[in-house]
Amino acid sequence: MAKLTISDLKQIKEKHKSTFTLREGGYRAKVTVHMGTCGIAAGARNIVNALMDEIGKSGADDIIVTTSGCAGLCSKEPMVTVEILNNPPVKYKELTEDGIREIFREHVLGGKIVDKFALVIGSETTY
Amino acid sequence: MIDLSLHILDIAENSITAGADEISIKIREDISENILEITVSDNGRGMDKETLLNVSDPFFSTKKVRSNIGLGIPLLKQMAEECGGKIEIETAEGRGTSVTASFQHDHIDRKPIGDIASTVSTLIFCHPGIRFIFEYRRNSGIFTLDTLELREELDGVPINSADVIKFIKDGISSWLKRP
Ligand SMILES: Nc1ncnc2c1ncn2[C@@H]1O[C@H](COP(=O)(O)OP(=O)(O)OP(=O)(O)O)[C@@H](O)[C@H]1O
Ligand SMILES: [Mg+2]
Repeated sequence: MAKLTISDLKQIKEKHKSTFTLREGGYRAKVTVHMGTCGIAAGARNIVNALMDEIGKSGADDIIVTTSGCAGLCSKEPMVTVEILNNPPVKYKELTEDGIREIFREHVLGGKIVDKFALVIGSETTY
Repeated sequence: MIDLSLHILDIAENSITAGADEISIKIREDISENILEITVSDNGRGMDKETLLNVSDPFFSTKKVRSNIGLGIPLLKQMAEECGGKIEIETAEGRGTSVTASFQHDHIDRKPIGDIASTVSTLIFCHPGIRFIFEYRRNSGIFTLDTLELREELDGVPINSADVIKFIKDGISSWLKRP
């Protein structure tokens, strides 16, 4: 039997925690903006502002935006993770304001992954 | 970081990572004293002695989950010191942390305050469950915002809904535009 490391356990717990929160709060989609120092310096706040604007325009009330710390890929910031209920999370990298707007419309509202910004789907697959 | 409002966002995100559910952001501009002072305080888990000692070392970080090099506090410290000011950290394990950065107001290298309305609205939008207390003090007056009070007034409308966030952002911006 393969040995489970603490970090595996932590990842599993985190994953369950986030899906649970999503369901509990009645949210259909969650966008996590990476807000470590590197993310902020690369423009993460503008990414949030663009999301605010798009959510406002769409009138959707089942989408939440939150933040996380540095994901260790500082050169690929700004990054976000999109989680649609019952689907694996998708990480997007090197975003621009137009990029996040496109991801919002195509993926968050439309359910279609935007390949050109995608980095990872789920926790293992490199996209 | 191009301006101080981004540093403030960064320091407040540390508080969130530390599990705080109450964060206060206070800015004081005093032209006659020639000082600009920013304080971010939280009720998060605080720092232990080792962390506190090392926190101004750019390559120290306790978040070892991934390759995080811990740049937020060192950058702010460097900025403040370059501008005739300093950084002060008070912390108690299990109780909270308070980070104060001061700057010589008219120092030529002092970065502008930047879009503080955007920083505060971003924090509230992304962390609707946290109580934020925001205070901006200038010689001409004082602006305060407490999301706990605001939430009571909202009567069930989520504080992170687009309209409320726009209301907060515009409120701060228009106050700041006053002479
Ligand atoms: N408000 C706080 N409460 C508790 N601990 C804190 C707080 N702020 C900072 N720390 C501790 O100080 C360390 C250094 O903080 P700093 O902001 O410099 O780097 P970081 O947050 O680890 O990474 P980065 O900011 O580069 O994304 C943190 O890892 C954390 O352990
Ligand atoms: Mg930090």
